[in-house]
Amino acid sequence: MKFTIKSAVLGSAAWALASTAFAGELVINYDGSDPAPKAAFTKVIADFEAANPDIKVKWNLFDHEGYKTSIRNFLTAEAPDVAAWYAGNRMKPFVDAGLFEDVSDVWESAGYNETLAASAPSMTIDGKKWGVPYTYYQWGVYYRKDIFKDLGIEVPQNWEQFLAACAKLKENDIAPITIGTKFLWTAAGVFDYLNLRTNGYEFHNDLTAGKVKYTDPKVQAVFDKWDELIEPGYFIKNHATYSWQEALAPMVQGKAAMYVMGNFAVAPLKKAGLTDETLGYFQFPEITPGLPKAEEAPTDTFHIPAKAKNKEDARKFLAFLAQADVQTEWNETLGQLPVNSKSQVADDQFLKAGFEVLNNAKGIAQFYDRDAPAAMAKAGMEGFQEYMINPDRRQKILERLDKVAKRVYKK
Amino acid sequence: MAMATATDLPTIESKGFIHRNRMKIAPWLFLAPAIIMFLIYVILPIFQSMSISFYEWDGLSDPVFVGVANYIELLDDELFYTSLKNNILWLVLYMLAVPAGLFIALFLNQNVWGIRLYKSMFFFPFVISQVVVGLVFSWFYDPTNGILALIYGIFGGTAPAILADERYVTYGIIAAGLWPQIAYCMILYLTGLNNVSPDQVEAGRLDGARGWKMLWYVVLPQLRPATFIAVVVTVIGALRSFDLVSIMTSGGPYGSSNVLAYYMYETALSEYGYRMGYGAAIAVVLFLIMMVYISFFLYRMYRQEVEEG
Repeated sequence: MKFTIKSAVLGSAAWALASTAFAGELVINYDGSDPAPKAAFTKVIADFEAANPDIKVKWNLFDHEGYKTSIRNFLTAEAPDVAAWYAGNRMKPFVDAGLFEDVSDVWESAGYNETLAASAPSMTIDGKKWGVPYTYYQWGVYYRKDIFKDLGIEVPQNWEQFLAACAKLKENDIAPITIGTKFLWTAAGVFDYLNLRTNGYEFHNDLTAGKVKYTDPKVQAVFDKWDELIEPGYFIKNHATYSWQEALAPMVQGKAAMYVMGNFAVAPLKKAGLTDETLGYFQFPEITPGLPKAEEAPTDTFHIPAKAKNKEDARKFLAFLAQADVQTEWNETLGQLPVNSKSQVADDQFLKAGFEVLNNAKGIAQFYDRDAPAAMAKAGMEGFQEYMINPDRRQKILERLDKVAKRVYKK
Repeated sequence: MAMATATDLPTIESKGFIHRNRMKIAPWLFLAPAIIMFLIYVILPIFQSMSISFYEWDGLSDPVFVGVANYIELLDDELFYTSLKNNILWLVLYMLAVPAGLFIALFLNQNVWGIRLYKSMFFFPFVISQVVVGLVFSWFYDPTNGILALIYGIFGGTAPAILADERYVTYGIIAAGLWPQIAYCMILYLTGLNNVSPDQVEAGRLDGARGWKMLWYVVLPQLRPATFIAVVVTVIGALRSFDLVSIMTSGGPYGSSNVLAYYMYETALSEYGYRMGYGAAIAVVLFLIMMVYISFFLYRMYRQEVEEG
């Protein structure tokens, strides 16, 4: 939110550029303003233009946060031909408002139904596909290999081992788990994993779709597990003061040993001095024995706005961007995972581990705040944060969430 | 002669409506640009907000008329009451800026070498942006590396996480807000003190007024205009306390430092919001609260003009 003004300016500047499109030109709005996504996308565009010499691509780069506001303006007013966005419930408001084009035909003709099968559910609303995914990344537990080794802790496979590892770390005055909940969503990551491991993938979907109550015994069971982490004080203190980046510091300093996070945390951790020898990744441990493991892997996507002028070339672009070789190269630069099952994954221990985990996943969850509707997600994540600070208020919080759910899902 | 007047009359009339009424029209013409702007950018949006507050609208699809449902929901919304309570806290505690500003102004109102430099340094927090004030105070409060943690450390204590604790967070933000607000009140009083008549102070001294008595009976009454403005700007400052909340906590932890202005923004325009109708309903409530002060202010102005005119 800090970037609102800057991004509004950037947004409107890019928007002004976008409005000067002409025939034969493909206008793309993209939100990857960081160096790696920008470099990767530049290459993709160059390759696309080389493959389609008659199409001239014009792309507008947006600031990541500001894009979330800008997209609402440009989809209704001056639409580009292709726009970046997210899968799952995040695209639902635009689909419901008729602002995205049905691209099931592209999936059919480009063979995506086979190669992108794993992501198909998160791109489908009302039996139609509304976009094409280009990248995703795994979540899991990132940990200090050296600390684990020094204390003789094995990588935990199940909940008992995980709790034992936490206890051992705590005994040695190392905070077992670091987290920064100032911007709320990190707490949702922990909740999602506890829920996916306790109740499974279907239950996660039912909960975020509003089919079960938050006061349901199965949700209570998730919080029972969470209690086992909070009551002994396994999370760092004062976590509500920190952003996710600020919470990396204790881990780098060796004051904390684990972080339930997305793979994007690896780059800043390595920049701060950790290496492949000191930083490791493991899949979130099993809780309910024998329950198939589902994973969180938020997916980034491209869509054709309903008001696009050059839909023909836009379809060509969508058919291009999820091809196996394109995705291999693209994600190597991005440092993330290709969605196409025929793509190759970059030579990196975290990506390889993540690729392995995701390929064996029972299902792919997008993340609490992308699977649940926005209003529910906001209330839910505030509830999780409040619970992490005041675990004794659990019942009151869950009842409040039920009240919010009743309003949000009534339509 | 009679002929002449008869022919003159139509010529005067022929000068037309505008000419005859120019004394009445001219002020309106000069006011017109301001009035039109004010109507378009202030008055009209107020009524627009009011009408939106009766709809459910996500900003994309068609609005649905829901009557007073948004207001009924407000009555049952814990976050709304938290925001309202915090707004009242802001209003009450922000008033400390007025006496604090007065005392600093009295303290600085002397002729010592370099006093201009001291004055400008005291005024400095008002010049820097609220965003910077917010960031500086968040670092100050940081429970691991902040100055506050260091101070606690000296005495062997552990600093509370001011911005992560629902009990302290609003007070922490108000303290940050007071810093520039005191400077603002100080400058108002400093200019006011320039106009305090030395004769009256002298006369008071001859009559034996000293210290508090001098301040209360002689100086303060002369500062009434400055006090009035200081109170008004402080009230307005308290009610629109948006930027500090946004920078320091984004309303958190779990909404406990929200104020109405920020809660409105959050429900209507933030990433997880886009409930335009509900946001508009909050805006209407905030407007009504402000209306109390605005009416008081206008009434005072009117009274003053009547007395003086």
